[in-house]
Amino acid sequence: MSDCILPHLTPQQVVEDKSLLPKDWALQFKDSSLAGFHLAVLELIRRTSSRLPQDVIDALVRGRDAETHNSRAFNTLNDMVKNILLADGHVTPLCQDTGTIIFYVKHPTGLSQITMKKHIRQAVVEGTERVWLRPNCVESLSGKNTGNNLDPFADGHPVIHFEEWDRPEIEVGLMLKGGGCENVGAQYRLPDVHLGAGRDISGVRKCIIDAVMKAQGQGCSPGILGVAIGGDRITGYEHSKAILMRTLGTPHHNSELAQIETNLTHDLNTLGIGPMGYGGKTTVLGLFIDELYRHPASFFVSISYMCWSSRRRIMTLDAMGHPHFN
Amino acid sequence: MLHHLTTPLTEDKVRQLKVGDEVLLSGRLILSRDVGHKYMKEEKPEWLKPLLKDMVIYHCGPVVHQKSDGSWTFIAAGPTTSIREEPYQADIIEHYQVRAVIGKGGMGNQTSRGLQATGAVYLHATGGAGTLLAECVERVVEVHKLKEFGSPEAFWVIEVKDFPVVVTMDSHGASLHEQVAQSSAKIAEQLMKS
Repeated sequence: MSDCILPHLTPQQVVEDKSLLPKDWALQFKDSSLAGFHLAVLELIRRTSSRLPQDVIDALVRGRDAETHNSRAFNTLNDMVKNILLADGHVTPLCQDTGTIIFYVKHPTGLSQITMKKHIRQAVVEGTERVWLRPNCVESLSGKNTGNNLDPFADGHPVIHFEEWDRPEIEVGLMLKGGGCENVGAQYRLPDVHLGAGRDISGVRKCIIDAVMKAQGQGCSPGILGVAIGGDRITGYEHSKAILMRTLGTPHHNSELAQIETNLTHDLNTLGIGPMGYGGKTTVLGLFIDELYRHPASFFVSISYMCWSSRRRIMTLDAMGHPHFN
Repeated sequence: MLHHLTTPLTEDKVRQLKVGDEVLLSGRLILSRDVGHKYMKEEKPEWLKPLLKDMVIYHCGPVVHQKSDGSWTFIAAGPTTSIREEPYQADIIEHYQVRAVIGKGGMGNQTSRGLQATGAVYLHATGGAGTLLAECVERVVEVHKLKEFGSPEAFWVIEVKDFPVVVTMDSHGASLHEQVAQSSAKIAEQLMKS
């Protein structure tokens, strides 16, 4: 059905030329209003919504090329690559579900989180008006859509995680996480009698296999898994999602966990679920795992599933306020 | 096997489709997802009857852009996860005589029985391919319940050309999703033992 598409994105210079930020723009850290910060965040939204990270594209292409030529799995992965190139070229959302909008902000001492939050919320409203984001914030019981991606109480959406650090630059990470993949996330409490899973790495492995089995194609496979062992119910889930910001192919700093990541990725790809659950060799693109400290009585395994359209980018405003996008 | 089909569809045509067949679909589609399905099952609104008879429901909440003249363009329009409509789908197919449902991830036994009883199929589109599938949308005909439901949940009526889908549940009880679930379960069982 389809020709083999080569994964060439728009050259970086073209992306820079389309930037919303004036040339040589820099954030003035000393200006307490942080004027212009919202525009930098809007530029981050533009790039995240329309341009997939290169490591994800490379993994999809490797998956495609490992499938039998012209099989349904091959053609589906090829369509995904086609979609990536179209969205990048048109600067339109890769997927109509532009997800829950999740920011990870790390900032030096002395900057106001209240001010940064105002800018981020303004950027989200403008990003929605420019159709890089779909209005994805609804009142839970009535289902009423706020229309601009903001919850009126400023505590639910967009999600903003702030962290003060001892470095001079601001780092803003953005993840757009679709509802389909969020719905197939899972949390286990070990021991799990039904799975026969004990409080050890073998038990953790069983939980991960079970979660991928239950997800089948519904999280838009091939997915990327974030797994947190331990923590409490909140920190476990939170961490399992935060590590989805990692780059595929970069090994874990702990060599034991690095080995587990590689082995599990291999094993999960023998399940035969394949892209979109059509069957095939590519069920996951990768797996990130971390170990947290826990209460002696609790042993949680928290799993976040990210769809193949893993939209994540990081913007750094260096010590001089100059923006850099990864 | 590749079929070129144009809506409205006849029961006879739909009954010929088998799991694994590829379809390039043209003509009108009606978009509906969570809010719309609850509304259709619980209130059974009459006004939808002529829109849905022998037609195709697409599980999709699009990204849309309204031009200054008031007309709409679809910017991104891939499928949403269909299983959330499992409690509603079979009733809706039967009540409105719907011939096909497009979505992603597949649906369950209740829907499968509905497909068999009415003579309808479940068509699978590539999830996440929002821009690619929006390219197949030639025209936005009209939209219903936009204010009340919000844009992702509204009943958008669109015209598509060669919209690419795969039959993953047919009107004879076969389901590719069920097949993959069963074969992968056997492998998972082995993996859990090792």
